[in-house]
Amino acid sequence: MITEAIIILLAPIIAFTIVIFIGKRLPRGGDWVSLAAIFLGLILALHLLSRMLGEWDPDFAISWQFHWFMFGDYDLTIGINLDNMAIMMLVVVTIVSSLVHLFSVGYMHGDVRYSRFFAYLSFFSFSMLGLVLADNIFIIFCFWELVGLSSYLLIGHWYEKKSASDAAVKAFVVNRIGDAGMIVGIMLVFTHLGTLNLNDIIAAVGRGEMTGTLLTVTGICLFCGAIGKSAQFPLHVWLPDAMEGPTPVSALIHAATMVAAGVYLTARIFPILSLDAGLVIAYVGGFTALFAATIAVAQNDIKRVLAYSTLSQLGYMVMALGAGAYTAGFFHLCTHAMFKAALFLGSGSVIHAMHGALHHIHSDADPQDMRNMGGLKKYMPKTYWSFLLATLALCGVPLTAGFLSKDAILGGTLAYAQLNPGNWLLPVFGFGAAILTAFYMFRLIYLTFFGKFRPGEEAEKHLHEAPANMTIPVAVMAGLSIFIFWSLPTVNPTSAEKGWFAHLFPTPGKVYEHIIPNRQMRVDTTRDDYLTLMVEPETSGSTEHHDEAEKHETHGHAVPDHDAEGHAVAGADHHDDHVAHVHHQAHTTAMIISIIMAGLGILLAYRTYYQWKISAAAWQKRLGIIYQGMFNKWWVDEIYDVVFVKGLHLCTKILAAFDLYVIDGIVNATAALWRALAFIHGIFDHYVIDGLANGIAWFVGLWGRFARMFQTGSVQRYMLITAVVVALFLLLRL
Amino acid sequence: MIDNFQVYLAVGVILFCLGLLCVMTRKSAISVLMGVELILNSAALNFVVFSKYTAGNLLGQGAAIFIIILAAAEAAVALAIFLNLYRTISTAEVNRADQLRG
Repeated sequence: MITEAIIILLAPIIAFTIVIFIGKRLPRGGDWVSLAAIFLGLILALHLLSRMLGEWDPDFAISWQFHWFMFGDYDLTIGINLDNMAIMMLVVVTIVSSLVHLFSVGYMHGDVRYSRFFAYLSFFSFSMLGLVLADNIFIIFCFWELVGLSSYLLIGHWYEKKSASDAAVKAFVVNRIGDAGMIVGIMLVFTHLGTLNLNDIIAAVGRGEMTGTLLTVTGICLFCGAIGKSAQFPLHVWLPDAMEGPTPVSALIHAATMVAAGVYLTARIFPILSLDAGLVIAYVGGFTALFAATIAVAQNDIKRVLAYSTLSQLGYMVMALGAGAYTAGFFHLCTHAMFKAALFLGSGSVIHAMHGALHHIHSDADPQDMRNMGGLKKYMPKTYWSFLLATLALCGVPLTAGFLSKDAILGGTLAYAQLNPGNWLLPVFGFGAAILTAFYMFRLIYLTFFGKFRPGEEAEKHLHEAPANMTIPVAVMAGLSIFIFWSLPTVNPTSAEKGWFAHLFPTPGKVYEHIIPNRQMRVDTTRDDYLTLMVEPETSGSTEHHDEAEKHETHGHAVPDHDAEGHAVAGADHHDDHVAHVHHQAHTTAMIISIIMAGLGILLAYRTYYQWKISAAAWQKRLGIIYQGMFNKWWVDEIYDVVFVKGLHLCTKILAAFDLYVIDGIVNATAALWRALAFIHGIFDHYVIDGLANGIAWFVGLWGRFARMFQTGSVQRYMLITAVVVALFLLLRL
Repeated sequence: MIDNFQVYLAVGVILFCLGLLCVMTRKSAISVLMGVELILNSAALNFVVFSKYTAGNLLGQGAAIFIIILAAAEAAVALAIFLNLYRTISTAEVNRADQLRG
């Protein structure tokens, strides 16, 4: 099975290498290379899925590792951790990716950088699959960055457009903020646990090597990465802007797979998330769910509505994981990937048709603006029916997969609120977002597919259904949003609790639960050997538990899971019964409330945008500042602009002034000092050193002038002198 | 009585002094050369005189003949120099030949 996983991982990167280098010279721009690679991945992933279903084992896991390198005495081994969750993610990623590849053949037809687009799609698939398969938090981080990079490249695919390149940069930079937190988390893990392998980390936390506040901080730091990647408040701002990329990219990366990476990571570290960290995560998710839903209500761009809806749904998943509803969160991740990809691809078909129609009448109206659409149902029936099915799933209407997963989340949140009194805000977030979701999605449906086509009859003639390679992917993914695929082998439209998904992905227990908190507080720290004392009671107190853990480790699965929980506290069985009861009750309550909420939302949208009985404009006036907030995305971008961009500018101005006056002042003062010294030195040089040299020359010249007096050049005078001197000499001698 | 020997020497001294005077005072290079000839002749006379009255052999006379030959050669060389001097400065006056004066 590892071989299949490796092939799945490597096929797209090989395709990427081929297409990026020689794609332009291949027939059809090399799109078939990328398609072949991803469909090979899909077939193998489905094979793995069938094997997984055949095993029917919640603890199924195989791992494969190889030694990469040593630094210091730390031996970095990396490898593949193939468990149920990884296989499920493989299937989700390859299904969505392959259908998006297929859709792109039609959608990107005639694009200037057609083959590069497919190369990047392959590159993204590789990165995402690597992220899913990695067993090591460091390698996860590497692939994490690679998906960020491919997201950047694909958002900026039409980089001639200023808004697209800006959006790409924004996505990259905002993600970096979250990644900074994640790096801190990884470093904390490495410093305190000495390992980066996920299973080892979980096992180490289970042994109590990291407890209390440190564990909470680590969990939140790692979750910071998820905040960036899964676009949770307050780092959600990049995702709506990322819709500048081609629509297939939005479907693949910004709806179904990459943004789910944050949720996936949170699910991976779920067993070590402390209760406090979970609370933070739940509130971040819950707030994002409601916050994004309010914005989605007031948007007019079809892709932006879907983008905010994605934010909202990711918020649901994160909230579920934070509130301990692990199965529900991951379930929603998978179902949401299907119907949200269908919605995005459907919107792609709509935009494609609108673009063509508006192009024919030479209108420069925005083809993505829903106010320019209407009545498309007649012309695009296949797209409409797929879109409607996916919308129903998103709204959580019974008989859809979305109903099952959303319900599980709402039920889990409600149970959490009941078990932890004081957290009533979480279900309020959840149900509030549910009613808004139903409202804005049906607003979208009514504005787009019903009523009259607004740009006029001239353009209406040019409307046409998308080609088969665009409608089939949408239909397949919408079809996968039907409940039956997710609740097998039971056929129960109200709950998937007995289905294969819930069976294979049980909520893992928190591994630290058997460690009694604050034990070390009672230890006499004045004694030299208090460290030993601190460790001792734990190890002796939970021997039984450790045996359990070791048994699992031999299976390659070190997580002491739910059945080990029971040994933690005496009388836990009773407690568990109570929890199960609350969960069951909450599930029923949540189901009823969520159906009512969805119905209310749909009804409201029906009255407003189909029957036009409720005036949207009047309500916009009545809501006043609230509507303005929703319309302007609660001014988050503006606030960031003022606080961070302008703030940074102010900071740089202050620093520039400091630089100009203080640093430059010091430099200039030093320069002036040296100039003064140089001046004095110059004077000394001029008068003393030069004076000495000139003085010698002058002295020599003086002697020269004196000696020249005798050199008359007159031979006869020389002769006279010679004669006189000789005569005198002779006279004196004689 | 005045010895012949001293008379001959006195004639030589007078010749030498006249030659020296001529060399030191005349402006014309030819006249200077003439002065030089006089000095040479006084020297030759001295050779002969000393040879006759003191040595008693003919070495002095030989030297005198050698001096006459040398004077002729010297005159030829000097005249060639004067010719070039005239070509250079258009005159043969020795006090004008002072180009090397600093």
